[in-house]
Amino acid sequence: MSGGDRVSQPLLQVSDLHVQIASRRGIVRAVDGVSLEVPAGEAVGLVGESGSGKSMTLRAILGVLPAEARVTAGQVLLDGVDLTQLANNQLNQIRGPKIAMIFQEPMSALNPVMRVGSQIAEGPQVHLGMNRRQAAERAIELMRRVGIPDPERRYRSFPHEFSGGMRQRVMIAIALSCEPSLILCDEPTTALDVTIQDQILRLLTRLCRESGTSLVFVTHDLPVVAQVCHQIAVMYAGRIVERGSVQEVLTQPWHPYTLGLVRSAPDVDHPRSSLAAIPGAPPSLVSPPAGCRFHPRCKFAEQDCTVTEPPLRLIDAGHATACLHYERCLDELRTEGADR
Amino acid sequence: MSAISLSAGAGAGDSAPQAAAAERAQPRRHHWYRQPALIAGIVIIGLILLAVIAAPLLTSWNPDTQNLNATLEGFSAHHWLGTDQEGRDTFARLLYGGRVDLQVAFIAVLFPFVLGTILGSLAGYFGGWIDLIIMRLVDIVVAFPFFVLIIALVFVLGPGERSIYIAITLVGWVSYARIIRGEILVAKRQEYVLAAQSGGLSNLRIMGRHLLPNVITQAIIYAMSDIVQDILAIVTLSYLGLGIQPPAADWGTMISDGQNFLTTHWQLTTIPGLVVVVTGLGLSLIGDGLADLLRPGQ
Amino acid sequence: MGRMTFVFRRLLLLVPTVLGVTIITFFMIHLIPGDPARTILGIHATPRAIAILHREWGLDRPLASQYWLFMDRLVHGNLGTSLYYGVPVAGLVTSHLPATLWLICYAAVIAIVISVPLAMIAASRKDAVRDHIVRAVPLLGLGMPAFWLALILQTTLALKFRLFPVSGYGTGFTGHLHSMFLPALTVAIALCPVVIRSLRASMLNVLGADFVTTARAKGVPGPRLFIRHVLRNAVIPAVTVMGINIGFLIGGTLIVEQVFQVPGIGQLMINSIFQRDFDVVQAVALVFGVGVVLVNLLTDVAYASLDPRVRFDR
Repeated sequence: MSGGDRVSQPLLQVSDLHVQIASRRGIVRAVDGVSLEVPAGEAVGLVGESGSGKSMTLRAILGVLPAEARVTAGQVLLDGVDLTQLANNQLNQIRGPKIAMIFQEPMSALNPVMRVGSQIAEGPQVHLGMNRRQAAERAIELMRRVGIPDPERRYRSFPHEFSGGMRQRVMIAIALSCEPSLILCDEPTTALDVTIQDQILRLLTRLCRESGTSLVFVTHDLPVVAQVCHQIAVMYAGRIVERGSVQEVLTQPWHPYTLGLVRSAPDVDHPRSSLAAIPGAPPSLVSPPAGCRFHPRCKFAEQDCTVTEPPLRLIDAGHATACLHYERCLDELRTEGADR
Repeated sequence: MSAISLSAGAGAGDSAPQAAAAERAQPRRHHWYRQPALIAGIVIIGLILLAVIAAPLLTSWNPDTQNLNATLEGFSAHHWLGTDQEGRDTFARLLYGGRVDLQVAFIAVLFPFVLGTILGSLAGYFGGWIDLIIMRLVDIVVAFPFFVLIIALVFVLGPGERSIYIAITLVGWVSYARIIRGEILVAKRQEYVLAAQSGGLSNLRIMGRHLLPNVITQAIIYAMSDIVQDILAIVTLSYLGLGIQPPAADWGTMISDGQNFLTTHWQLTTIPGLVVVVTGLGLSLIGDGLADLLRPGQ
Repeated sequence: MGRMTFVFRRLLLLVPTVLGVTIITFFMIHLIPGDPARTILGIHATPRAIAILHREWGLDRPLASQYWLFMDRLVHGNLGTSLYYGVPVAGLVTSHLPATLWLICYAAVIAIVISVPLAMIAASRKDAVRDHIVRAVPLLGLGMPAFWLALILQTTLALKFRLFPVSGYGTGFTGHLHSMFLPALTVAIALCPVVIRSLRASMLNVLGADFVTTARAKGVPGPRLFIRHVLRNAVIPAVTVMGINIGFLIGGTLIVEQVFQVPGIGQLMINSIFQRDFDVVQAVALVFGVGVVLVNLLTDVAYASLDPRVRFDR
């Protein structure tokens, strides 16, 4: 897609990213050709089940993959610079001031022997050249912004003295500390209680809207995406199978997998007698099924689905799907609507 | 806001492919013959054991025969590793000395193993007073550096094999006691123990037939490194003259006998030491290999 | 609870242990076959002379009251008199203690200097060739008799190449550094396998931990990442392991002192054993016992200081 006519360039452009993990069982193709665009100031949701490759995608963007994983192809363009080609010390200048990341498990994501305040202040010290006092002041101010009470005193606390929700606020403070233009969120609320989840999500969305920061929000929880994001991309077995605005994709999914996800999430407004589950298990990423990777579990599967991998096709304004027979989803929805 | 995760929704249903996937994912570790460390260790120890057991077949020399006309000879076809200052064949002394050292070490490791396991089980299972007393005892024994206590005890009891066994038993039981106690403290909370207890089984039976077989593996792994320690202790005692008494051949006395000739006839001291090192290596490899093998998960 | 309270409580718990140490030492020595009076008197050992010495030393009293006497003197700082040298034991011990302390500290430093980089090399690329080498080589050290290594080092580096003095303690700080290098190296090599193994394991643990990923994602540069995040966490379990093995460290010094003729309490003890010098052996064993107990306490305190999660328990 040429960028010449667009009003504004996307902040981050991921093109055909491939990440492979070396394991005992063989090469795991964790991310198999993922393309993504994150416009400035917008929140993009990346949804999928465990093992779909969504965390790996985030980590690949920032270059913090685990030791066994490598980017084998593709580009990650930030301001025209391909992050995958940068050396680690060059990447270090991006991490923090340009892109920041929030992780899932706040307890294990914070250094247990380092004071919370120091951990928040570390970014400004390293990247913004602040001295200890300045960085400390900034940290206290950040703690206030994310809603940590009594920040002057709690600056000296250790992570284990905080509750889960508070720790996640600390992580958010760390992420904001160098004023990045993009924050990558790897399931930040999954490990939290439901009520706390809500608080954290509201905090995150408010802060990002206030400062115009973009978000890439990885989760397996659809309602969360609905609350936070503008755009959504659905991942399955290392590939993106559907992409579009949150509104469109969640009300009118054009891929059987997305349809399954939407149905398996309980809906308070339309209680069903039982939750519909997607039958089968996620495929092996070492030797995925031939053709469309979802076809073994898909009730709409036909002969052509087993032959070649369907590409992600743009059907309508901004709504793309990788299903050859996406119209079947529309039919399903219509019948379902008729049943209600 | 819903908290039901997609993975829950997607995973229900046909579990057979999942189970098959899980089985394929089973790490190959659990086959003992695939562990390089374990194999290497077994090979090394196997060779050494073979050599010392087959000593009469490998050499015609008697380790104690002195020949004052052929002292301090170097390598030769006649005496493969030469002779020492009293004309005794070094190779023969190495092999027969190995018999003594290894035998003492392997036997010596059994007593602390048994004693420590019993005391550790009692302490861990019953807790309370028994635990307090036994752990106090452990603290006191542990307060002394291993060698210090061994040397002092052997001296008190008089040098020789018997004292070595007693000293090692009195000092060595603590490690086993601690290991077993720790394992039992964890294991006794397991459900199968509660089931056995509510089934009215006697404590002894529970400890013996249910708990012990599960916790003993850690002690066995430790025993491997303990044998190494015992070999070192025996050899050290012999070096000091407190261990295996001359004229019996043993690696420690060989080192001690040869130390005055290090600059001229280095093989007298160096070779026995190397043999000890390699034996220790083999045993450590076995211990490491076993630990990898028996480690739950990972 | 504050650090002081923690230390104080642990010190209190030490008392029964130390008492136990004294009991064991006392009874152990007094089980020695052979009569010191007879040994000292030699050919002049008449029954009468022996009886006099026995009464003088309190050896004719029941064991329990001898123990009481022993404890009484101990509390007053009197460790007895050396039968061999004829001087108060306390003085002997204090004059020999510095050399051993030097040896222990020197050995610990060398062990750390060797182990940390090696563990780091191994942990940085798990299961690579260098990892296997770093893991395998120390296995040789596990089975290595300290005195044998001492002899080899002494013969090659000191005798043959004349790089270091063959024996002795040396004079002055640099003299000590020079003379004690080989003995300290010997002890350190014996200690390294354990330290490397535990440091590597804890580093691997830490390297795979989430907070290290967070720090990387923050853009923390390499050296700072290693020291403030990885090392700072990895040393904690390693400290415990080193503390547990301190007994071996100290025990190893015994033999090494003998080979290198370092005038420390280890050599004092060995000589006194052969000389059947009761009080000295007893006093040194006591010093060792109390020393190890104190070091364990130090380890616990160090552990609590390093790990903030531990302070607030019990």
